[in-house]
Amino acid sequence: MTPSLTSTRAAAAATVLCLAVVLQVSVLPHLAYRGVAADAVLLVVVAAGLRHGSEPAMVLGFAGGLLLDLVPPADHVAGRWALALLAAGYVSGRVSGRFTDRVPHRDGRPRRTVVLATVAACSFVATSLFALTGLALRDPLVGVPTLLETVLVALVSDLVLGALLVPLVIALDERLEPDRVLA
Amino acid sequence: MTDLLNRPRERLNRRGSLEPREPGTPRRSRALSLVLACLVLMTLDLVGGESSPVDAGRRVVGEAYAPVAAGVDAVLDPLLGISRWLHTQDSLTEDVARLEAENDRLRGDLGTVDYDRNRLQEYDGLTAAAEQIGYALVPARVIGIGASQTFSRTVTIDAGTRAGLRPDLTVVSAAGLVGRVIRVTSTTATVLLVIDADSTVGGRVGSSMKIGFLHGRGDLGDFGREGRLDLELVDQTSVPARGDAVVTWGSEDGAPYVAGVPVGTVRSVYSSVRDSTQRAVIAPYVDFGALDLVGVVVPSGTDSDRAVVEPDGALR
Repeated sequence: MTPSLTSTRAAAAATVLCLAVVLQVSVLPHLAYRGVAADAVLLVVVAAGLRHGSEPAMVLGFAGGLLLDLVPPADHVAGRWALALLAAGYVSGRVSGRFTDRVPHRDGRPRRTVVLATVAACSFVATSLFALTGLALRDPLVGVPTLLETVLVALVSDLVLGALLVPLVIALDERLEPDRVLA
Repeated sequence: MTDLLNRPRERLNRRGSLEPREPGTPRRSRALSLVLACLVLMTLDLVGGESSPVDAGRRVVGEAYAPVAAGVDAVLDPLLGISRWLHTQDSLTEDVARLEAENDRLRGDLGTVDYDRNRLQEYDGLTAAAEQIGYALVPARVIGIGASQTFSRTVTIDAGTRAGLRPDLTVVSAAGLVGRVIRVTSTTATVLLVIDADSTVGGRVGSSMKIGFLHGRGDLGDFGREGRLDLELVDQTSVPARGDAVVTWGSEDGAPYVAGVPVGTVRSVYSSVRDSTQRAVIAPYVDFGALDLVGVVVPSGTDSDRAVVEPDGALR
């Protein structure tokens, strides 16, 4: 494991990930707008990326995506969410890496603007990648306009939920291991 | 130098000099392996098709997730119910009106379901009867039953001269002989039932071909009494057996009764010692207490204001 992922942290990450999957699969669809629900798992991955960089976030993204690929209502080709969230983890980690030096963190936390920008970027990357793999594999055959609309609605809903959820996950992470900031 | 190389955060660049890894950057090998894992998974799932090896994983995750989903649903249900309380008075009133209308309609439908089903069955039976006895039939419904205090057993049917009816035509139902037409108007006809005390029908015992006369007894067959006919055979020595079927004997030109229409079965036989005759009691096939759809036997090709069931079962 990477140095930033101790066993406690790994267990905590797994728990949070599972909770996020439950949230995304069972709770958020009730709040969906135009059938598009916010991606709780993506937001957890983004938080991990902001705190610990790309590598743990990518592992987390892969694991979370795999769960989303396999959990019951899913009927698409397995691995699509895994790949999409992998990319999201990479992007969020890179973003945090670029901004750590220049944007000072208040109390070791990334700024709200950085969080929201990262959420937006990751949501766009992940949803688009998921849609694109769908197009490439002809998995659910839908038109490009529908895809674009879905990507945009997902972006907005991720931003709304992200403003709440990402700071929460980051705060949880800090409480678990307060001395560590960014790897 | 070697322990420098082993430090995880730094690597040698292309020029061979040491440079620290940018914070937040993943190791290339791990990133690649994760991406490859995704691609392998997708390929496996896509190529596997119906019997994909990923399905095992799906099943395991599904089994594990099912209780969680059920639990979350149970918790969420009352919360989601809150939105149901938030309606305007207008929308509620509208809902009530709409639902009441729908309720009435459905209740009406429900009330006629059995009736419709029975009617369909009767039409089917009538078609079968036309095929069986080999005559063309004008279908008609019983629209009125003569009151019992008149002591005559008659019914009114909704077919008259416009339907091609005239007096002295045989009336049958899917089960057997009903009676004959005694009077017609343009749209209705009065039928004398065979159980009427005035009715006499030429009958023939199917097993022995012996002929006789069937007399009505006036019992409609309701209020617990069974409708019954008495059969008096012309050949006094012949004794019909219990359970023998009796059909009509038939008259010239089929008036008032055509031949070969089933009437009933022999229920019991009485011998009269005084005038040494045999009297058999016949239980008619037709339930006269529940007559609805009947057919009037008409010559094939009769002009009618309605569809005529032809002997081959076709409608014309």
